[in-house]
Amino acid sequence: MIPAQFDYVRPPALADALRILKEREGEAKVLSGGYSLLPLLKLRMAQPALLVDIRDLDGLDRIVETAEELRIGGRATHRAIHEDATVTARYPLLRDAAGGIGDPQVRNWGTIGGSCAHADPSADWPAVLIAARGSLVCRSADGERTVPARAFFLDTFQTAIEPTELLTEVRVPRPGDRSGGAYAKIERKAGDFATAAAAVQLSLADDGTIAEAGVGLAAVAETAFAATDAEAVLRGGTPTEELFRRAAQAAAAQSRPAADGHGPVDYKRAMAAEMTLRALRRAVARARGAT
Amino acid sequence: MSETYHAQAPTTTPEVGGMGHALKRREDPRFIRGKGEYIEDVMLPGMLWLDIVRSPYAHATIRGIDASEALKVPGVLAVITGRDLEAAGLHWMPTLAGDRQMVLPTDTVMYQAQEVAAIVADSRYAAADGVAAVLVDYEPLPVVVDPFKALEPDAPVLRPDRGPDKQTNRIWHWESGDKAAADTALAGSDVVISEDIYIPRIHVASIETCGCIADWDPVREHLTVHMTTQAPHAIRTVFSLVSKIPEHKIRIKTHDIGGGFGGKVPVYPGYVLAVVASLTTGKPVKWIEDRSENLQADSFARDYHVHCDLGTTKDGRLTGLRVRTIADHGYSDAAADPSKFPAGLFNVITGSYDLPAAFVEVDGVYTNKPPGGVAYRCSFRVTEAVHSIERMVDIAAHQLGIDPAELRMKNFIQPDQFPYHSATGWEYDSGNYPAALRKAMEIIGYDELRREQAEKRARGELMGIGISSFTEIVGAGPSHTFDILGIKMFDSCEIRIHPTGSAIARLGVQSQGQGHETTFAQIIAEELGIPATDITIEEGDTDTAPYGLGTYASRSTPTAGAATAIAARKIRDKARLLAAHLLEANPDDLEWTNGKWSVKGSPDRFKTIQEIAFAAYTNHPQGMEAGLEAVDYYDPPNLTFPFGSYICVVDIDKGTGQVKVRRFVAVDDCGNIINPMIVDGQIHGGLTMGLAPALYEAITYDEQGNNQAGTFLDYLVPTAMETPAWETDKTITPSPHHPLGAKGVGESATVGAPPAIANAVVDALWHLGVRHIDIPITPQKVWAILREKGVTA
Repeated sequence: MIPAQFDYVRPPALADALRILKEREGEAKVLSGGYSLLPLLKLRMAQPALLVDIRDLDGLDRIVETAEELRIGGRATHRAIHEDATVTARYPLLRDAAGGIGDPQVRNWGTIGGSCAHADPSADWPAVLIAARGSLVCRSADGERTVPARAFFLDTFQTAIEPTELLTEVRVPRPGDRSGGAYAKIERKAGDFATAAAAVQLSLADDGTIAEAGVGLAAVAETAFAATDAEAVLRGGTPTEELFRRAAQAAAAQSRPAADGHGPVDYKRAMAAEMTLRALRRAVARARGAT
Repeated sequence: MSETYHAQAPTTTPEVGGMGHALKRREDPRFIRGKGEYIEDVMLPGMLWLDIVRSPYAHATIRGIDASEALKVPGVLAVITGRDLEAAGLHWMPTLAGDRQMVLPTDTVMYQAQEVAAIVADSRYAAADGVAAVLVDYEPLPVVVDPFKALEPDAPVLRPDRGPDKQTNRIWHWESGDKAAADTALAGSDVVISEDIYIPRIHVASIETCGCIADWDPVREHLTVHMTTQAPHAIRTVFSLVSKIPEHKIRIKTHDIGGGFGGKVPVYPGYVLAVVASLTTGKPVKWIEDRSENLQADSFARDYHVHCDLGTTKDGRLTGLRVRTIADHGYSDAAADPSKFPAGLFNVITGSYDLPAAFVEVDGVYTNKPPGGVAYRCSFRVTEAVHSIERMVDIAAHQLGIDPAELRMKNFIQPDQFPYHSATGWEYDSGNYPAALRKAMEIIGYDELRREQAEKRARGELMGIGISSFTEIVGAGPSHTFDILGIKMFDSCEIRIHPTGSAIARLGVQSQGQGHETTFAQIIAEELGIPATDITIEEGDTDTAPYGLGTYASRSTPTAGAATAIAARKIRDKARLLAAHLLEANPDDLEWTNGKWSVKGSPDRFKTIQEIAFAAYTNHPQGMEAGLEAVDYYDPPNLTFPFGSYICVVDIDKGTGQVKVRRFVAVDDCGNIINPMIVDGQIHGGLTMGLAPALYEAITYDEQGNNQAGTFLDYLVPTAMETPAWETDKTITPSPHHPLGAKGVGESATVGAPPAIANAVVDALWHLGVRHIDIPITPQKVWAILREKGVTA
């Protein structure tokens, strides 16, 4: 559990960090909270030549709400997001997820940008951003682009981010009236990677039917993914237990879990359904005004 | 902590702090302030680091080891292989169980993560880089992970190094009890309950891993080993026998130990390699395991495949017990059981019940796994015994339609039957089993819970209530029966009273978090009236402490605790003579009260222990030795038999299969209590360590012998989040033979808790046709059972 040798820099400003990433393209790895990267270094599964520690970069940990969206700096910690007043007031999906990531140490150190850029298939934020139809801002020395979450998470540990880019911000659309979100996760013990998790963000029409629904699943495929079949079941439907169960089954059918210590494939699929069901119940209750 | 402690009324003042006072632990300030000194904190001048190359294969021939690249790594000084050790005859070493294990292999690796070569370097980082640069050429061999397959005739013989009459994977066969009587009893029973119960392999997972600093002084020809060991003296003797270094030239020195639980009793190859490296370089060499090495290579616990047949009458009177067990020991029997007990004290499996006939047989088996069979807070296989009998009794109750509490009450050994002779030969010293179970039932509201369960079951909800009424057997042990490698299992204490009335006591045992610095001081305070805060307790330096076998199997209080009391009483006897001299009275006319010798009938004529201590150095009578000290090597006349009754309530989530422990009441009886707060802490920790294997922890292997739980990602140690709010209480039934009436307690809860939880889960599911579930009872296991039985959320 001793890492191989690497160099370490701690650039003072974003421009410096981006310049280094460009100069050392392919050799450098960005260090944010470190809670995913350091274990990989210690196991020598990652052996980058250079670590670029971005802790000194100004402004990357801000959480700001505009008229359209919530903008979360890439270095915002899970804890900061969980405790943010705006998140608490209007983004229950994010609050659910942030409060259940890892353990207190992970939440104090780990960051949303680090988690998304690392793209562990069991991570919580990717499923959340997919359900919420969020986007991710990638910046390089040559400019900035915004990638929808649904196009960002490509495969296990693989994202749309380029080696010269830094994930500077995560954006989540501001939920309208009569909308609700929830995150449901089953893990074997506190701090474990999820066995299965479901993120739901939905809104109700004036007639009480589901106007729009986003469903993201974690830990039951090679990467987090949008349960589009479940979303289709939900859209325009009347939110009943029967509809939730059909949507949950559709989500499970779209999952592609692999057997491991968390359980065999049929169990994980069943948990994908169960977590979707539980998240749907809570999201609808919240859309109807429950807290 | 909200609980108030009124175990037994203390006879000393709080200032003195003798038996029964909930003294705060004297070791805690340094731990809380981060000032503990663990082995990794110790840095010696010029120290080198050792790291270990480990096998990726569970069974393979080593065709060659190429260390040339490793030797080019800056800072790497040496690479040690099995061939190097073979030249010195050090490639094998004895285990405490009388088997042997490799320090480093010369030809064949026997388990995944086995030590293959050692790197010595001038920094920890260089050592790790050296490990990464060693090239080992392996040729994989057939792997045997299943002990039943290991016993099949065509199985490869894993240990051809054993004698010609031992070319089998059966290590030993052990029997206890009366086979004919058990067979007859079962044949005449109305009902025979049979079940296969697997108690999986688990790991102690102490917070501090193992490690040492070997420091060979080539000028003085003296070896100091700073070490994480629970048994420093036994280790010194083993080191001397193996290395041929005279025993007086070896000093084992412990520091603070971050948990042992049995895992720090064995000698691991890393220790020996560090010694060899220090002998070779003449410099101190540090070896510290990392977490994965600790989980993958150190000795394991349990791994018992138990088959039980329990006979009973139709109305629930138990008649006889027959037990057949396959014990998976990995590739070497590295257990630390007493030498006459290769399966530990597993034959205490008749438990708390008056079973007229019993027969137990156990076969130890080799497989391609790391050495197994180390105790893990289990008092020498008592966990396996208690789990088996408590599951069997519960199955019997359910099958006969008798309430599990009622069936236990009906079959308990009754208070007037003590001392009780069990069918497998143990003499239980004391107990009151019905009282403990009654108390647990009252606290938890047993009858009301049964009503609630019936209502919930009618609604389709799954709730279960489980009982475990365990009997422990601790304090090994009497020298006529107990030894390890021939060394009798006494233990010792030496007390010196300083002229100004404070004291130091040294013991042969070794705290790893048990609170010895507090409790042993309290024993002396009790016996001599010297405030516990004026007494230093020192352990773990073999140059100064009296010889003892160390701390494991809940033996410290039954053995060294008794030695402490007896040594203190020897001092009190000498103090009487000194007091008689000072008071110009006849010793027979003095009486001892509250730390003073006073003249009978003249209570104002007295000498305090402090005054007497001063006189021992300043004014002792002619003809008497100066000083005030004593030593005692205590050979216990019998073991002690703590017991308890636990009741657990679980709710099962039908959607996920998750088991939630809603309540857990633990009523323990460990005889007279030295420090009720420390006992309660032991129980709390032990219960959590019982919850762990019941619901979470297991080390499993795939067909190739790959460890499936080699990191904390997959070895699921429960956290505070999983742990219910334990509700503890006690009854007190003193040991009749221990000088303080005390019994051991360190392992009671770990031993007693798992079957209470397993019984509760099965109780919730019995009406669905579920009879037994092996631990750990994971959500996926429960979910599969529910689906099979047609239960959906």
